[in-house]
Amino acid sequence: MTADIFEITLLSLQVSILATGISLFIGLPMGTWLALSQLRGRKVILSLINTGMALPPVVVGLTVAILLWRSGPLGSLRLIYTPTAIIIAQTIIAAPVVTGLTASALQQLDPRLRLQLMGLGASPVQMVISLWREARLPLLAALMAGFGSVISEVGASMMVGGNIRHQTRVLTTAIVLETGKGEFQNAIALSILLLILAYLVNLGLTIIQQRGAR
Amino acid sequence: MTETILSVKDLLVKRSEQTVLQVNSLDIQQGEVLAVIGPNGAGKSTLLLVLGRLLQPLCGQVYFRGKPIEQEDALTYRRRIALVLQEPLLMHQSVFDNVAAGLKFRSLPRAEVKRRTDEWLNRLEIAHLSNRPAHRLSGGEAQRASLARAFALQPELLLLDEPFSALDAPTRVRLLQDLHTLLSQTSITTVFITHDLDEALLLGDRVAVLLGGVLRQVGRPQDVFTAPSDGDVAAFVGVETVIAGNVTASQNGQIIVEADGLHLEAVGDVPTGTRVLFCLRPEDITLSHPESAMISSARNRLKGRILRMTPSGPLVRVVVDCGLPVVALITRGSANEMKLTEGQQVTATFKATAVHLIPR
Repeated sequence: MTADIFEITLLSLQVSILATGISLFIGLPMGTWLALSQLRGRKVILSLINTGMALPPVVVGLTVAILLWRSGPLGSLRLIYTPTAIIIAQTIIAAPVVTGLTASALQQLDPRLRLQLMGLGASPVQMVISLWREARLPLLAALMAGFGSVISEVGASMMVGGNIRHQTRVLTTAIVLETGKGEFQNAIALSILLLILAYLVNLGLTIIQQRGAR
Repeated sequence: MTETILSVKDLLVKRSEQTVLQVNSLDIQQGEVLAVIGPNGAGKSTLLLVLGRLLQPLCGQVYFRGKPIEQEDALTYRRRIALVLQEPLLMHQSVFDNVAAGLKFRSLPRAEVKRRTDEWLNRLEIAHLSNRPAHRLSGGEAQRASLARAFALQPELLLLDEPFSALDAPTRVRLLQDLHTLLSQTSITTVFITHDLDEALLLGDRVAVLLGGVLRQVGRPQDVFTAPSDGDVAAFVGVETVIAGNVTASQNGQIIVEADGLHLEAVGDVPTGTRVLFCLRPEDITLSHPESAMISSARNRLKGRILRMTPSGPLVRVVVDCGLPVVALITRGSANEMKLTEGQQVTATFKATAVHLIPR
């Protein structure tokens, strides 16, 4: 069991960190664009993204499962019941969170700051980087919220990962399994591990965040 | 001969169908400080944004050193100028990093960034705050950092948008003096926006008056303040007595204006029969007791009754009803000495040369 726990924990971390990382890659530019552009449809897109922040993981799991199912449209990729499938599902869960919170973080900045930066000769890229730096606290909060939403979800991981031992079993799916078997001791141990893990990652991010706050 | 650095032609800016700025022609000379004055919402900031190429006008053209600014890439143009806004808008970094920001945008060598940042921290007397986080500065210190950030860029054109309006009076006065010194030392061409006439008088080599989005008058401060081009400008620059009248006689530069049965003297060259606005600045009017035989060369003496007295700093604004309302500004001391009270009879005296006539 101990070796299993190590393996499960490592996979949980790998999958969720990767999914959060990809979400950041998508959500940071997307959220920045939504916050700064003056497009007409912007409010509609933002409201959709905000709805996406409350996307139920089981619905995401179902959708990804349908797509990746052996007989499904992407079945030939043979991804169902692999860690990659979990990463895909978790990215879909976390990306709207990171996007929505990035947009709101940047919208909270004084709109005249953009004029000021341009008036000092900032190129568009330099301006965006300056704005990110200025909004670093809420941006790190966006990252934490994204990570929190995926490390703790169970529905999607179960549906597209399948909770296969040594392959796709992660902490949350293992807890469900152990509880189902009536092995409460194991379930409790895994739960505590999950909490500690979530705490440590957020602690790390909080330290980075607060170093910037001074 | 001085070079025209910036020139604006037929500029029109609209916001949701409404004209917010209309400037037919405005030239800014190399090295001068142009103070743009006007009340809130007059389009001053809009003008500044257009000059900084941060707002695209509906039509019209801005020429920088003779060339339309669109011919140049927007970023290249913006790196020739520097902008200071009403709020310092510093970033959550040290004061040094804030002042260095524009220099870093221009990818200057590190040593050069340090040298110029240190120089301007010194010149704005905030070198001791260099390592302090910018959000711990007082309002005056923050605006000094914002000015240092702009000056460090050695811009060809400095755009200042009411940089002092959010500051308390003593801080404002000191910073204004320091800015005045820096501008004369560096001779950076500057467009300075303010709604404060004193600031415009102190800093401006020339003054431009914007009212309701329209450029109404441009000229030397003394001309704009004593010889406003129309009634609205007169009211804005503090010409408090504006009387509508007719020129009934005009000979050898001596003019008689008839208004509401009174005959007033002025000097100038306005033909008989012209309808005019008769303008007087309150500080050009003296008050005396009617019985005192004050010897004065002043040609205009009007008897009247004090309607209202309002203290205004060390001065008192006195409205005298002489058949027409005449506004005088006298010191508190002389008001006390003369024991002026509301309802009292006084004589208002002013020189014919103090009068400015606007044909209408």
